[in-house]
Amino acid sequence: MNAIEVHHLRKAFQVQQNRAGLKGSFQDLFKRSYKEVVAVNDIDFTIPKGEICGYIGENGAGKSTTIKMLTGILVPTSGEILVNGMVPYKDREKFVRNIGVVFGQRSQLWWDLGVIESFNLLRKVYRVPADEFKKRLDELVQRLDLADILHRPVRKLSLGQRMRCELAASLLHNPSIVFLDEPTIGLDIVVKSEIRDFLKELNQKYETTILLTTHDLQDIEALCSRVIMLDDGHIIYDGGLQQLKDKWGGLETDEIVKSIYKSGSSQVPEESADV
Amino acid sequence: MFSMYLEIVRMRFMMMLAYRVNYYSGILVYTINIGAYYFLWKAVYGSSEQLAGFTVVQMTTYVAITWMARAFYFNNLDRELSNEIKDGSVAIQMIRPYNYLVVKMMQGFGEGIFRFFLFSIPGMILVSFIFPIVLPLDIERWIVFLIMLVFSFVINSQINIIVGLMTFFIENNEGIMRMKRVLVDLMSGVIVPMSFMPLWAKPIIDALPFQAIAYLPASVITGRTAGDEMWTTLLIPVGWSMGLMIPILLIWRAARKRLFVQGG
Repeated sequence: MNAIEVHHLRKAFQVQQNRAGLKGSFQDLFKRSYKEVVAVNDIDFTIPKGEICGYIGENGAGKSTTIKMLTGILVPTSGEILVNGMVPYKDREKFVRNIGVVFGQRSQLWWDLGVIESFNLLRKVYRVPADEFKKRLDELVQRLDLADILHRPVRKLSLGQRMRCELAASLLHNPSIVFLDEPTIGLDIVVKSEIRDFLKELNQKYETTILLTTHDLQDIEALCSRVIMLDDGHIIYDGGLQQLKDKWGGLETDEIVKSIYKSGSSQVPEESADV
Repeated sequence: MFSMYLEIVRMRFMMMLAYRVNYYSGILVYTINIGAYYFLWKAVYGSSEQLAGFTVVQMTTYVAITWMARAFYFNNLDRELSNEIKDGSVAIQMIRPYNYLVVKMMQGFGEGIFRFFLFSIPGMILVSFIFPIVLPLDIERWIVFLIMLVFSFVINSQINIIVGLMTFFIENNEGIMRMKRVLVDLMSGVIVPMSFMPLWAKPIIDALPFQAIAYLPASVITGRTAGDEMWTTLLIPVGWSMGLMIPILLIWRAARKRLFVQGG
């Protein structure tokens, strides 16, 4: 069974154009001009249940936009999405019960209160039974080493501590699919590897499907068997990490990715561009 | 479901308690406000006994009550919504299995309950020692007043939500939020009771929801609206609170389609 199915997915935004100079600013006062920017352009992919898939691409390639459509935050301009057999943006409240999301650059915890307060609220939000919640929380606390920070206000946590709490928060309701948007951004090497180990274990133990975006290719090497590479809204590579390496003749992953980014889609070897 | 919303009310209550100085200064600010209006009105009255049907004592009571009511219904939902939309954290709200607007409303309610018990009541006690205030002893009047106060909160929050949601369409709605605040304070009767307004303004005021926020409950408690009229007046806030749902739903639906998350 497929956890995620995406067909001909497209998202375009209207972006306001500001005219230059004083005269332009006055003109803008009366009539604004807009330009259509296509963030995601006609992409297709499927991710089977229980897979860890890396979703990579340059800044502005459309990764976050895709994640936001897959999680029901954004409504696509056209195309189809099925996640867990549901259309994310329709029936959103029901859909999000079974997914977990972490945005590395945004916190989902309550800034002014102790971490445990956020967890307790999330328990009620996701209607997790008390005993199940306790079991789950104990496991996460022990695995992510949260015991000392559970009662500290979120604003007083370090980034590494906060990110561990964010992960725990997104997993309290035991979702079958987890979306991680740059979960290791800004973290030191120790925390990074802890998080990688944790995700790997999570995937093996609960068969959780994980889709993660990252700029750190070590995340990909440590976790993913499959990589989807995005450039300018198009998928330019979708396949195994090992095949990618083989094709580029033993280069290091970051060297390969760097040359693909630099050259754009056209230079990717033909066979690897299949979907 | 219900326990979740209750938890949200409780959390906002705790958040308010987390900042103590804010709390103490709050009581003081309200007392000073009431004091300022008391002396202002005393100067306006001069030697006259009555103005627009209000005696000085009635006026002082009116001012104290409307400000204390304001502590309960006032909230910054417009600003909170606007900030969350602008900085993109509204995205986080969309990944949760709850209705964002109801959650916001509950947060406002937590704040309202906090201020009611910890600002309004102690503040009212403090103020009644300093200024001549006569509160009614009629239970029925208090009941209608308290019911109306709940609707004050609902209507004020609904107006705030409408203004806050406009951020989806006009990216920076600072100006509209300021305009709304002045409009609400003026048209709801916090600054001047409606009976002081010029005659031509009356149909306009009657046609707008603002008077239901402060003027109507204050008229009930000061006895300007009495008897069966109290209960019929109650229909105005009830009607408005239902009517205002329509624009909120329409704006929310349109916003969901054009939602863009700022900052990537």
